[in-house]
Amino acid sequence: MNPSFFQLPKSLRRSLTPLVLSAVASLSLQADWTQFRGAGGDSLQPSGRVPSVLSTNSLVWSLPLPGRGISSPIVVGDRVFLTSSSGGRQERLHVLCYNLSDGSLRWERKFWATGRTMTHEKISSAAPSPASDGRAIYALFSSNDCVALDLDGNLIWYRGLGRDYPNASNSLGMASSLAVVDGVVVAQVENDSESFTAGLDAKSGLNVWKLDRPKKANWTSPFAFREADGRTSVILQSSKGVVAVDPKTGKTRWNYADGASTLPSTTPAGGRLYVPSQGLTVLEPAADGTLKQVWRSAQLRPGTASPVVLGERVFTLNDGGILTCGDTKDGRRLWQLRLKGAFSATPVSAGGFLYCVNEDGLVQVVDPNAPSGAVVSELPLKDIIVGTPSIAGDSLFVRSDKRLWRIGRNSAL
Amino acid sequence: MMIGFHPGGPAHPASAQPRRTHRPRAFLLGLALSATLTVSNSIHAADLGSALKELKAVAAEGKGNPTASAAWKRVAAADGRSLPILLAAMDGANDYSLNWIRSAIEAVVQRETSQGRALPVDALLRFARDTKHHPRARHLAFELVSQQDKALAQKQLPGFLNDPSPDLRREAVAALIAQGVETVAKNKEAAIPIFQKALASVRDADQVEDLATRLKELGQKVDLPRVFGWVTQWRLIGPFDNTAGAGFEKAYPPETSIDPNAEYDGKAGKVKWSDYTTKSDYGLVDFNTPYGAIKEVTGYAVAEFWSDTARRVEIRLGCKDGWKVWANGKFLFGRDEYHRGVEIDQYRMPVDLQKGRNVILVKCCQNEQKEDWTKEWEFQLRVTDLSGNPIFSSR
Repeated sequence: MNPSFFQLPKSLRRSLTPLVLSAVASLSLQADWTQFRGAGGDSLQPSGRVPSVLSTNSLVWSLPLPGRGISSPIVVGDRVFLTSSSGGRQERLHVLCYNLSDGSLRWERKFWATGRTMTHEKISSAAPSPASDGRAIYALFSSNDCVALDLDGNLIWYRGLGRDYPNASNSLGMASSLAVVDGVVVAQVENDSESFTAGLDAKSGLNVWKLDRPKKANWTSPFAFREADGRTSVILQSSKGVVAVDPKTGKTRWNYADGASTLPSTTPAGGRLYVPSQGLTVLEPAADGTLKQVWRSAQLRPGTASPVVLGERVFTLNDGGILTCGDTKDGRRLWQLRLKGAFSATPVSAGGFLYCVNEDGLVQVVDPNAPSGAVVSELPLKDIIVGTPSIAGDSLFVRSDKRLWRIGRNSAL
Repeated sequence: MMIGFHPGGPAHPASAQPRRTHRPRAFLLGLALSATLTVSNSIHAADLGSALKELKAVAAEGKGNPTASAAWKRVAAADGRSLPILLAAMDGANDYSLNWIRSAIEAVVQRETSQGRALPVDALLRFARDTKHHPRARHLAFELVSQQDKALAQKQLPGFLNDPSPDLRREAVAALIAQGVETVAKNKEAAIPIFQKALASVRDADQVEDLATRLKELGQKVDLPRVFGWVTQWRLIGPFDNTAGAGFEKAYPPETSIDPNAEYDGKAGKVKWSDYTTKSDYGLVDFNTPYGAIKEVTGYAVAEFWSDTARRVEIRLGCKDGWKVWANGKFLFGRDEYHRGVEIDQYRMPVDLQKGRNVILVKCCQNEQKEDWTKEWEFQLRVTDLSGNPIFSSR
């Protein structure tokens, strides 16, 4: 902290301290990766400086995991948080905290699933990614068990949403990640039967609101969106379309009802929403709640991975590894690049590069500014990888069912 | 009086551990704490008892969470000597509370081990062996023993082969499978009785399938329907209409009375009950067999299940179609999810069997999907005790 702060009168220091701490926390969160697809829900780490040329020398550390999972790691300050699951029926739920510097285990908490744990064999109970508001970690599992722990592993609250609402489950597995918005933890528990989204009080876990949602399996994830009038909405996507709701009340602010995918999630960028709907549809919500459809393109249809927007270009990746670049102005397709392998993970970006991890564990770094895009380096992790990676500081974090890797600038070399 | 850590001190006597979770139990808990724990700088015994009570008060929809959050820190402040008491507090706890207590125990263990203090292995082992305690608490105690002394824990596994705790039994079976795998490399014949012994105790479907495969490779037959304990004798009726999924909520006549001689209006004419016996290894009751691979239809299956005593059991169902289940006319559960997947024991429904004849009714609905992977119109069902041991109809 700036020494001049301490030269201020004590009374002024007292009044300024919360502001200073808040600013520090805010700066810290900006560099952190606090939820699925990062703090902005857009897969970007603006301050990230991950090397574009990766090699085995880029492995800062890697460690074995006590259970399976496809959830993304999140990073808060000097700690990396991850969920996994183990046991014959994946009924053991793990929340893990590692030291960022060396990957050593700081603490681990395990819970018994109170809801159903059946999933497709490709995934496990640890499919949804955790989220953090900088003060606590909120972890959701496919069984709809939801837990809040402080950064030191002290339990704040526990909810068994699959037990509370016993027909809320999906036999293929649930995978919607959490978002924390204005003190409300948003859990999208949408499925073919007892389908709902709940806003849980971040301090107590009690229901603030609970919305009945379309009875259709849904694996998309909620995120916060800054509306044109400055208010923050929670964006909920389903087979019916997209709704924006007030995070404090769950009340609908606007509704797009032209249908949407139930796998890739909408991406926010520049006040617009890139919605996996009818291919890719770009919406611009106005301050009065009306929606403008900016463009729509069938050529930019995403696969399982969510779209990524970098400046004036939007990127979609299909399951077969075709990376398509479009113009954000009109949706015109600019180029396509075939990457190696099949993909489930959403690409993430820092320093202007795209980091794409295929299901064979091959990290491919794409320079999207090359005339037709170009892979500038590759790093084989030699494992099945389905989960979306994360970026914090100068490092990329990738997990498989078995391991967690930190990839970046290896100061030990 | 306070809870304290006493290096080299005696372990807590198992007899001091509380057994049940009623009001007298709270008194016993306090007594146990007072009688067995002495001075400490961590947490008062009375406060620990009160904190555990608050963790056990949490309920559905987060009820009790705010109080429990503060209580959790008080429980987590206890020391390693109190672990058996914390484990015993799981007796009678609901599934939410179990997680509150478990995570507090982990915090205690983390602190004790990080400070180089040994866990009370003898007391934990006694706890793990004591079948009066909650099965999950016992397995957690075993895990803590294993964390402290893996070799000692491994030695205990044969004793858990027929344990009522599914987790302890699973570990014991896994150890036996590992022993069989090691043996088979040297002597195939010698491995057979090892795998057969494991098969006699196994309860988890994945381990059953693993053992069946291994024994088959060694030329041994495995009676899978017997191992799983499927209900195989049924009477079926159908098809009724399920256009646009509406049949799921519509109560057709079998839902109000089971008349084996009755005839009803079905989707395409009159329908009546017919006998059906499944010979499937996985107990599949396949409506496509009598009625053809048709869509947007509903069928019913009814079975008699005879019990020598009135007892609490679980009806365990696997089904990828919409379904509902009743026992003795009482609705147990239903689910309108179609073709997302099926597995053995996918749904577990506790039910009280009456002495003598019991009637199990299953409604199974097929939807409109046309893909190859949506053809199945079937279910599998078994009755087990609360530990997963199959129970057979006594007639």
